[in-house]
Amino acid sequence: MTSSARREHLHLAVALDGAGWHPAAWREPTARPTELFSAAYWTDLVREAEAGLLDLVTVEDALRLQSDDPRYTGRPDERTDRVRGRLDAVLLAARLALVTEHIGLVPSATATHTEPFHLSKAIATLDHTTRGRAGVRVQVSLRPDEAAQFGRRAELVALAELAPGRTPPPALVEDVFDEGRDWVEVLRRLWDSWEDDAEIRDAATGRFVDAAKLHTVDFTGPRFSVRGPSITQRPPQGQPLVAALSHVPVAHRFVARCADLGFLTPHDDDEARRLVAAVHDEREVQPPWPDGAGDQPLRLLADVVVVLDPRPGAAAERLARLDETAGTPLSRSSDALVFAGTPGELADLALAWRDAGLDGLRLRPAALPDDLHAITRTLVPELQRRGAFRTAYAERTLRERLGLARPANRYALTGHHDTATTESSR
Amino acid sequence: MSRHSTRKRQVHLAAHFPGVNNTTVWSDPAAGSHIDPDSFVRFAQTAERGKLDFMFLAEGLRLREHAGRIYDLDVVGRPDTFTILAALAGVTTHLGLTGTINSTFNEPYEVARQFATLDHLSEGRAAWNVVTSWDAFTGENFRRGGFLGAGQRYDRARSFLETALELFDSWRGDEVVADQATGQFLRAPGPGAFSHRDAFFDIAGHTTVPRSPQGRPVVFQAGDSEEGREFAAEHADAIFSRHATLEEGQPFYADVKARLAKFGRQRDELLVLPAATFVLGDTDAEAEELAREVRRAQVSGATAIVFLEQVWNRDLSHLDPDGPLPDVDPVVGEQVMSQGRASVRMHRDPLATAKAWRERAEAEGLSIRELMIEQTARQTFVGSPTTVADQVEHLVEAEASDGFILVPHLTPGGLDPFVDQVVPILQERGVHRTEYEGTTLRDHLGLRPLPAPGLLTTTTGARA
Repeated sequence: MTSSARREHLHLAVALDGAGWHPAAWREPTARPTELFSAAYWTDLVREAEAGLLDLVTVEDALRLQSDDPRYTGRPDERTDRVRGRLDAVLLAARLALVTEHIGLVPSATATHTEPFHLSKAIATLDHTTRGRAGVRVQVSLRPDEAAQFGRRAELVALAELAPGRTPPPALVEDVFDEGRDWVEVLRRLWDSWEDDAEIRDAATGRFVDAAKLHTVDFTGPRFSVRGPSITQRPPQGQPLVAALSHVPVAHRFVARCADLGFLTPHDDDEARRLVAAVHDEREVQPPWPDGAGDQPLRLLADVVVVLDPRPGAAAERLARLDETAGTPLSRSSDALVFAGTPGELADLALAWRDAGLDGLRLRPAALPDDLHAITRTLVPELQRRGAFRTAYAERTLRERLGLARPANRYALTGHHDTATTESSR
Repeated sequence: MSRHSTRKRQVHLAAHFPGVNNTTVWSDPAAGSHIDPDSFVRFAQTAERGKLDFMFLAEGLRLREHAGRIYDLDVVGRPDTFTILAALAGVTTHLGLTGTINSTFNEPYEVARQFATLDHLSEGRAAWNVVTSWDAFTGENFRRGGFLGAGQRYDRARSFLETALELFDSWRGDEVVADQATGQFLRAPGPGAFSHRDAFFDIAGHTTVPRSPQGRPVVFQAGDSEEGREFAAEHADAIFSRHATLEEGQPFYADVKARLAKFGRQRDELLVLPAATFVLGDTDAEAEELAREVRRAQVSGATAIVFLEQVWNRDLSHLDPDGPLPDVDPVVGEQVMSQGRASVRMHRDPLATAKAWRERAEAEGLSIRELMIEQTARQTFVGSPTTVADQVEHLVEAEASDGFILVPHLTPGGLDPFVDQVVPILQERGVHRTEYEGTTLRDHLGLRPLPAPGLLTTTTGARA
């Protein structure tokens, strides 16, 4: 299949979170609320997504207990009627690696409090175990409750004292996003720190590796420094996919300058066009790739919460019922559009937004497994009928599936020891 | 017949996926990939076929260097520990999954949720080998850097583990009600609350992972120092030791078991499991011959020179490995040629080591390589399957250990001969299980289930 033919196709991701994105989802008859922390539950979901030929799944995560409280209180809410508690998404994705074959696995990870060296080798290893299907959805955190659990960012912990309605100082927000960008830069350098042919197993000289093909990354930034090289061989994709959610301008810049895949949250065609342009403008200023690593396009998907039913009107009824159970309409608190309708209507939306410059959708099923089943069993066939979605998995790696090249190794490109810059890239 | 009254002392067996030292023979045509997922699947499934307690995976945080370059003679590079163990949970059903995770360059909140997650995803088969890191060299890869002095390593490790244990216990196990009819998901809001303040950690919040099947991972300790032994006696469920002979194993075993009482623990609450290598042959003589070949493969001429340089701390690359030891003395100083290597710290007095080695080489007429083979490469068990089974059984019977963590010299097929030839003999003798009797790693190790924190008072009362 040529790449131009593939561009005709939409890309579909599904975002998995607990019992679904609707707070009342766990009360649906088909929900499995007692199994949310079991491998079996997640395996069933991801295999269903794979049966539907979806590009990838993302797994939500955060280093705190879920809360309905939008304020920076640093405390969980008082609710007992919501799903609370979650597993580590990177390990969950790792658990799925050997029991799936095709689908991309993109767990969420928080850059703010974690070690980029650890995450780099974890995602590289996920790419090895999946033979090229790994990515990571990077998020930064200004939450005081998360900071207090690590105890070394006093200025973030102090945000718990913000008066109601106040937001964190813009300079602090910028600082945390900049640190996140450094974190991604370190991941990427470490993935390149082994050249592809570094392992030589040369019995004649007794050398297992060619040490000249291993590179220190020598990153020094304001918040941390990392020497390198990675302990883990370069992953099959060279660079596993870096993804991020982009719903405010500072995040547009973050996505533009360090991601392969961004998730936008438009609510109509015009907004879709505006958001795509906003991110691409930032990309022009500073793409994340060093000279010569190849022109790597940025893929953009629109996030949509979906309540899906082929019967006209049924989805809206179900959403109304879920909203009533939850006590508040989801559309009031959701950052993304809440769509309730038929597969045909959702296919119309997807194609319209493709014309607006998006590459496809990241669907957030309102209730699991119902809305996931509706996606794989009704939306996918509808898109296939329209010639807008694959009928079989063809590509080997996740990058290939998204039409992204395997990037050249930045260290192999320019010689051995001269590319390890000693300063932050920004 | 009452099974328990006549049951012989059981041998605990586990397997260590070969790591990055010269024990692993990569040059053998039978050696496979140490990074391909198939290697890990095969190794884990072999261990499970042998009804072994667990599979052990070490951790790497910085590539070793020698004379300022990446060390290139042994296997270099390895995957992330957590990621591999979680993947293997999906293709095994009973095998315990033990991973080394460093307490110096991690944070308790993150490690606790990772291990609690692994325990959920494996339905109760997770174990944590708590280690410390000693050098600023490794620290250069981490935010924290190389900030800890030697004296503080175990203090931080102890604080780290105690904090993690609090986090594991922050969910009692009955918080999730998930009653669809009433709409009550949680018994009470804000589960998993914790608050910890000491010299190393001042943290508070909520653990996100509900209580895991084992309550917490099984805890291993691997250090051998006085502090390490005390740490193990207080907190560990098992020790990964290096004393696999009768002479060294018995005193070590007696020492650590004797330390348990002062922490209010019973002798069977801490298992001693030394690492053990093996070479099998149809006959003892054939095994000895094979072992000689393995040793030569493990210590090439180039490797022998590097071993020498680790003690001499100077460039000896001009020497002939088949010739005599150098006349010059080691360079004693702060700068060391080898970085990121535990063994280097063992040569505390290089001048004395050099003198002893020279005397031995002269007395026995050994070349550099021959001496290094004698000094460094040793197989714990060499012989026919029956001979090795005898040795294994005897060492456990004589309380030199509770069993062994087998370290094959080939990846990934090196475990197969032991599982296929020695395990059946041990099973026939009734000293190793023929079927898993429980599902969790605690079950396999004969450790009592942990009471949920909410039930602790009752249990303590019953014991008193």
